[in-house]
Amino acid sequence: MTAKPTMIEFRDVQKYYGDYHALRGINASIRAGEFFSLLGPSGCGKTTLLRTIAGFEEISSGVILIDGKDASTIPANKRPTNMVFQSYAIFPHLTVEENVGFGLRRAGLDKAEMARRVGDALAMVGLTGFGKRAAHALSGGQRQRVALARALILKPKVLLLDEPLSALDKKMREQMQMELIKLQRQVGITFILVTHDQEEALVMSDRIAVMFEGRIVQLDDPETLYRRPKTRQVADFIGTMNFLPATVLSDTPEGCEVEVAGLGRCRIAADQAPPGGNGQETTVGFRPETLTILYDGQAATVRETPGTVEEVVYYGDMTYYDVKLDGVSAAVRLSMRNVPGRPVLDIGTRARVAWSPDALVLFR
Amino acid sequence: MTSGGVLRRMGRSEAASGLAMISPTASYAILLLAAPLALIFIYSFLTDGYLEIIRTFTFANYLEAWTNELYRVVMLRSLMVALTVTAVTVLLAFPVAYFVSFHVDPSRKSLWLFLITIPFWTSYLIRVFLWKVILGYNGVVNSGLLGLGIISEPLQWINYNVGAVVVTLAHAYAPFAILPIFVALEKIDRSLLEAGQDLGESRFMTFLRVTLPLAMPGVIAAVLIVFIPTIGDFVTPQLVGGPEGRMVANLIQLQYLKLDNYPLGSAIAVSAMVIVTVVSLFFLYLNRRYLRGPES
Amino acid sequence: MRGGWFKVYALVYLVFLYAPIILLPMFAFNDATVIAFPLSGFSTKWFAALADDPPLHDAVRNSLIIAVTTAILSTTLAVFAARASTRYRFPGKAGLMGLIMLPLVLPEIIVAVSLLSILLMVGIELSILTVILGHVLICTPFCIAILSSAFQSLDRSLEEAAYDLGETSFSTFRLIILPLVMPGIISSLLISFTISLDEFIIAFFLAGTQATLPVYIFSQFRFPQAVPVIMALGTILVCLSVLLLSIAEFFRRRGLARSGTKDTGGFL
Repeated sequence: MTAKPTMIEFRDVQKYYGDYHALRGINASIRAGEFFSLLGPSGCGKTTLLRTIAGFEEISSGVILIDGKDASTIPANKRPTNMVFQSYAIFPHLTVEENVGFGLRRAGLDKAEMARRVGDALAMVGLTGFGKRAAHALSGGQRQRVALARALILKPKVLLLDEPLSALDKKMREQMQMELIKLQRQVGITFILVTHDQEEALVMSDRIAVMFEGRIVQLDDPETLYRRPKTRQVADFIGTMNFLPATVLSDTPEGCEVEVAGLGRCRIAADQAPPGGNGQETTVGFRPETLTILYDGQAATVRETPGTVEEVVYYGDMTYYDVKLDGVSAAVRLSMRNVPGRPVLDIGTRARVAWSPDALVLFR
Repeated sequence: MTSGGVLRRMGRSEAASGLAMISPTASYAILLLAAPLALIFIYSFLTDGYLEIIRTFTFANYLEAWTNELYRVVMLRSLMVALTVTAVTVLLAFPVAYFVSFHVDPSRKSLWLFLITIPFWTSYLIRVFLWKVILGYNGVVNSGLLGLGIISEPLQWINYNVGAVVVTLAHAYAPFAILPIFVALEKIDRSLLEAGQDLGESRFMTFLRVTLPLAMPGVIAAVLIVFIPTIGDFVTPQLVGGPEGRMVANLIQLQYLKLDNYPLGSAIAVSAMVIVTVVSLFFLYLNRRYLRGPES
Repeated sequence: MRGGWFKVYALVYLVFLYAPIILLPMFAFNDATVIAFPLSGFSTKWFAALADDPPLHDAVRNSLIIAVTTAILSTTLAVFAARASTRYRFPGKAGLMGLIMLPLVLPEIIVAVSLLSILLMVGIELSILTVILGHVLICTPFCIAILSSAFQSLDRSLEEAAYDLGETSFSTFRLIILPLVMPGIISSLLISFTISLDEFIIAFFLAGTQATLPVYIFSQFRFPQAVPVIMALGTILVCLSVLLLSIAEFFRRRGLARSGTKDTGGFL
């Protein structure tokens, strides 16, 4: 990926509501043309951060640069950003057409040009022919599209999306995720999405900022975020992760030697183990899909550890097993694809579990 | 710029916008409500002179208002009438509110409420007058009963007394009582009632243990909304009350417009306000106790 | 059937509510001075008498001037207060709103005498104007109650969306907020008009020599021969109220339909 210019930059942004410290020193840059997500649990400050970009919240200190300009000098109605609201905020007394064309009122366009631009915007979101409809006669997905068209018609440099899919049902949500990705590629502008749904963030984003309690704790592309979460908090929030206690035996620039409960001694590469001291009591984490149950006749490619199946949860395409590894008190979760020749195991079955040190992440 | 500075500036700007926005209405209320109320409060401690008010401080007006048999009887009567009207109105209204909330099809609720509210918005004066016509010596009831031969001479006890005042006021304030109770009943989650019955209570016990407690705020609101205007009502006692049915508003009007005794009139008005406030606070206190339950 | 006995009771109750009003047209069209059964014959002479009653016409004119002015002033004041209370936090809000809403829980006679006292002290002559001052005071809380729910049901992000799309605070108010609360404003105008038109006690204390319609009606109660005329007048007033209420209800429902919220029913 070639380095793109910066579109939004936060420099030590702080925000207080009375005594409540909502944003605690945000430093980050969002590149032009990327699909960027702010991910975190409710109350982590992600919506507040988005609204500071739009200009609906003033920051208490720090600087926000939008396309190189200090945002504090630009009022919300003059910023090159447009927003898709969580409630969509479709004006209920206007038609679809009037809603979409709302922002063009001040552009002083003639009727034909106005109609053409509105038509284009509606076509872009797949709502051609809906222009004359009353706003309140729309379904959730259609309202979402109207909100998108209305925000994009002004050709903003940045589109802000505040939990835009949370009001939709699962099927509709998945469909809109795909459409949003395509739309972003088509218009090529920066999209900043606020979401509490880690799956949504992983599916849609070029990069994700994970926020907890007013701070960005990790900012990475989805794969790095998933495979090498920097903290247990991030690991826990994104997907499922097993944790086992471990002791660091030796620490070198190439990686470290650890003794992991139940798994034994192994080596973890440096990029998956932040530097620290020897003899330290720490935690090692690994994703369920990095473990495999070995069936009769199969041999482990790297390492294997025996255990007992404690719980079986059948999901159709997958089966989740909780397996108590010998010598460990808590069970670890692992997932297996259900393919012919792999019967679902019963509770109590003894099993051999294959794993690889490559999949381990060390948390200090 | 420090964060505190920005914070103060923002806080001030929202507060300033809010205050600026409310200032026309607030100024109006201060000038034409707070100031006049303060004035009659001051008047109530001054002395009445013929055609003027003498600026000497005195408790004499309150002493007069609370010890003179004439005034005391009227104030007590006002309180009793208002409490009776309130009790009658709320008790009669509850089943109607219950019916509309629980038994009327949702699409027709608006129609029922509309029908119930219409009489309230038709001329109050005319409605009171109609009761005078209905209950009067030569009125509808008497002429009807005479015509049917049920009575041989007009009934006199149905008009110009406290009973007539109660009937008229109960009729006048009926919609006032129904609406708040209805709103409270509407808010009750219907699955709570199913839960009550699911847990083994009868319909009636579910009503007592679930519906009634949850409707209580509405009942208290109804009580206040009926009690407060009835205790200060002027027209009804004047028209159908007769000499024995006079209430505190008639007394105040007498002092102000007929006897020109503003200090005593003010003392009676302030006393009436105190009574209203004390009784209202008592009901609000009951509501709170009721909601919090007996243990705390 | 749903409700059973409750329905019977509710219907009996409605009869009780409407019984006196039903008498109005019966006696208004009755060809007799005495209000008594049995009815003696059909006549429209009492309505004709209304047309030939100059003091009544003055009273109607006074009342209309007062009611229209009151409706406009109290709705305007209520727009400020409702917007301030639903949109802003500011110090002293509870106290100020409490004072503004106080007339709802204050017997009207108290409002009347306290206003009378201060007006006489300041030396303002009693007239239509002083009645308007009093009526605006008691109507404003009702208007605020109606408008607050209209402002409350506005999604805050609608304003932000308009602002985000380049409008100013003022044009946002004009293009978004005002059209959406317009049904509330109309029902507020109608309700305050109706209250003012019907209000007696404040007008009785503050009107001076310029009687309003209720004050005029009250003065006619003393004369038994005027009763059938009052019945005729009452019939007209009831019809007018029902008409106004129906219009108010229509706008209230349209307002609900626009903002997309569920009908919770009724005024107040």
